[in-house]
Amino acid sequence: MSSRIVLEANDVARHFDVSRPALQRLLAGEKKRILRAVDGVSFQIVAGETLSLVGESGCGKSTMARLAVGLYAPTQGSITFEGQAMHAALADASLRRKMNMIFQDPYASLNPRWRVRDIVAEPIKAFKLLSSRKDIEDRVGQLLTQVGLSAHDGEKFPHEFSGGQRQRISIARALSSEPEFLVCDEPTSALDVSVQAQILNLMRDLQERLGLTYLFISHNLAVVRHMSDDLGVMYLGRIVEQGPAEEIFRTPRHPYTRLLLDAIPDISAVGRQRTPVGGEVPSPISPPSGCTFHPRCALANDRCKAERPLETKVGDVAVACHAVQEGRAA
Amino acid sequence: MSALSRFLDSDFVYSFRRSPVAVVSAVVVLIIVLCAVFAPLVSPHDPFDLASISLLDSLKPPVFLPDGDWSFPLGSDDQGRDVFSSILYGTRISMIVAALAIGFSLVVGITVGLVAGYAGGAVDAVLMRIVDVQLTFPAILIALLVDGVVRAVLPPAAQDALQLDVIVFAIGISRWPQFARTVRGSTMIERGRDYVMAARVIGISSPRIMVSHILPNVLGPVLVIATLNLGLAVLDEATLSFLGVGLPPTQPSLGTLIRFGNNFLFSGEWWITIFPGLTLAAIVLSINLLGDWLRDALNPRLR
Amino acid sequence: MALLEVSQLCVEFPTRRGTLRALDNISFGIEPGEILGVVGESGAGKSLTGSAIIGLLEPPGRVASGQIIFDGKRIDNLDQEAMRAIRGRHIGAIFQDPLTTLDPLMSVGKQLIETMQTHLKLSDRDAKARAIQWLEEVGIPAASERVFAYPHQFSGGMRQRVVIALALCAEPRLVIADEPTTALDVSIQAQIITLMRRLAADHGTSIMLVTHDMGVIAETCDRVAVMYAGRIVEIGPVENVVRSPQHPYTEGLMGSIPSLEARVARLRQIDGAMPRLNAIPQGCAFNPRCTKVMDRCREERPDLLPAGTTEAACFLVQGGAR
Repeated sequence: MSSRIVLEANDVARHFDVSRPALQRLLAGEKKRILRAVDGVSFQIVAGETLSLVGESGCGKSTMARLAVGLYAPTQGSITFEGQAMHAALADASLRRKMNMIFQDPYASLNPRWRVRDIVAEPIKAFKLLSSRKDIEDRVGQLLTQVGLSAHDGEKFPHEFSGGQRQRISIARALSSEPEFLVCDEPTSALDVSVQAQILNLMRDLQERLGLTYLFISHNLAVVRHMSDDLGVMYLGRIVEQGPAEEIFRTPRHPYTRLLLDAIPDISAVGRQRTPVGGEVPSPISPPSGCTFHPRCALANDRCKAERPLETKVGDVAVACHAVQEGRAA
Repeated sequence: MSALSRFLDSDFVYSFRRSPVAVVSAVVVLIIVLCAVFAPLVSPHDPFDLASISLLDSLKPPVFLPDGDWSFPLGSDDQGRDVFSSILYGTRISMIVAALAIGFSLVVGITVGLVAGYAGGAVDAVLMRIVDVQLTFPAILIALLVDGVVRAVLPPAAQDALQLDVIVFAIGISRWPQFARTVRGSTMIERGRDYVMAARVIGISSPRIMVSHILPNVLGPVLVIATLNLGLAVLDEATLSFLGVGLPPTQPSLGTLIRFGNNFLFSGEWWITIFPGLTLAAIVLSINLLGDWLRDALNPRLR
Repeated sequence: MALLEVSQLCVEFPTRRGTLRALDNISFGIEPGEILGVVGESGAGKSLTGSAIIGLLEPPGRVASGQIIFDGKRIDNLDQEAMRAIRGRHIGAIFQDPLTTLDPLMSVGKQLIETMQTHLKLSDRDAKARAIQWLEEVGIPAASERVFAYPHQFSGGMRQRVVIALALCAEPRLVIADEPTTALDVSIQAQIITLMRRLAADHGTSIMLVTHDMGVIAETCDRVAVMYAGRIVEIGPVENVVRSPQHPYTEGLMGSIPSLEARVARLRQIDGAMPRLNAIPQGCAFNPRCTKVMDRCREERPDLLPAGTTEAACFLVQGGAR
């Protein structure tokens, strides 16, 4: 397998101004409120592989997904796609068509007023991949068949389909621009488990057949384990641990990764007695000092409260934790 | 299943058929629209044809009164014009003015609403403040003001020729803020939906997203308000014409008819004003009832 | 004797295109102190079962036949007023979104006090003390200072804790919890599950836990009922259902859950989707998706009968043939 890098994020941050309107803010004498949704994230995605970002709500994984397809511009840092800076890649149609996205909510991601054939054909027309009506029609039929629907389904409207079928339509649309890189933002979290299995299998089949590269966003560690080659665990806008997924699942090192793995209810753990970790994810508007996880961490000491830990390599895995660095984490 | 049979089987049609008020008002609106469209064919006389008008026929009472006869079913006015025919032609003019005015409002309101809602930020703030300011004045006042200003600006020669355009513009410009506000609200919701994101990912331009993706999804609520406003626009036109700043006597609308008939109310010839008045009331009432039903039918939460 | 006994419950929705049967002959019981999980995919009727029991079916839905017996008395035919007295006092409810349960304009303490005083004879002072006690018990930090805080001043996880306190404060004997952890993050979900299980044990409360998450069921429940297209297809002790499912649907469901233990090449998938209510196939509702379908399954409907260690509604397993 080649190790060509498709997407690279270099110290990427994205901040949102969530202050109240300027006049009100001045009258109340408030400072600007900045939400650091993504705060210094670096990773690389190798062609044909899947990098998953996992974390709880507010960790910045969905913002990262949008950064990766250029829906947001980074506040700081850089993203390169196929070796080109993101803004250049977006301006070049032949590069831009190589990335596309699959969304979480199959009910909101398809325009309810459009026929399925028009939805799937939109990227083909936008990038002028085919011109004759007949060719487009054939291609749409072929795409629908490829995702397990029938060519006739193109005549219908989205509301005539179930959630799983809609997600298939969404995948067909994403594939219609003949992409090499797909960002999948929680593609199965709105689906029932039996349908989720269908979609995950389909996505892996397609990856194998078409050599796709995935950036896979999810909160579900079991799904992530099933899909990923590489894994990044996010907490409050930062990656706390990243590396080969197998390695992280075998020996999770960061206390937060351990917490997550421990918290998942698992069908193999009937009647498990557990002592859950207390506390909640703090607000990304006023994150804790130092290591943002320290208020919930059993291993936290004074250094963790004061100093932000940097990523350190432990074997193939990079961990941002003082306790791991110092050997305090058993 | 064909599109038509699917439509006839839809919940929308079902709820229509189950609502007697909606059916009756739709029938009334339909009759009035048909009469207005086919006024030249339906009406017994042509009130604009001076040759056919005779002063000998003036001030005839309606057919059900002692001196009435069937050639003037609702009586005649002081010039000898048939009131029934005048109403048909007047309705035609009133409806044309109202429809054009609302059409104009819709174009302006939807455009402003889409742009404000999609662009957000400063563009939105500026456009919406304009809307807010205009909404603090009653629509009829705006219409009067615009009407007055336009008349003052236009050369007298152009005034008669452009009178219809002026009143359409005046009423239209007084009603667009409501549409803008509704469209902006729905646009802000639609803008955040994933299907818009999907279009943005592949680099579809903003104007194109607004028109082909968002517009079809925000049109529903606007059409309901448009229906309700159509009734109000008929009233606006009547009010302006009644005040004498609307259409000239050569193009008599319902409002003009009521104004002229008003002079005869106390001399006993009540039919000249009452029948146009009743027609106006029937039009506005049935359009409003239809609009109310439409609002409920399109709002799933109330069903 | 069972605390709750549901027998042959049918819930129907009359529509203009005929009557839809949303729950079809549901029968199960909950013992005192037991946690029963009800699991199924969206549209299987699991939430509807909960709403039918607490008398909160959305009109035009109605109980068409069958009985719901709570503590020896029939409750499915009670009027609104009588049902309201039972709801809250004897049967509590926890829903997915805490904001639907909490009054945004009333402090959480006031809501607790009001609920307790409606159902229990308590003086104002005792009620306040009990309210603080409950908030402490569900793990709200600094409960005595925050007792008069408003719902918006709490985070999502804390709100769900308040809802649990509210559902339990009148000391009901049964709590219907409908997807109580679905809107929460995994680490918070673990806290809430643990809390519910501890409280049920401490107070001897029975819980009917409705969720789509088999993992939550496995960790929390004593028994589990698996629903499909408005019917119960399998019911039994949670260990047996999870480890040796008897019904092909349950088996497929278990197989389709990705495991944390190991990465497999392909997940087991059940092809197709659950039928809509207006198109439930004849015979066994699962037959078009079943890999082991027989001719009989397409005509005859299997009843829930003992099969191995659980009860399953499948011809394959009945009488221990499997």
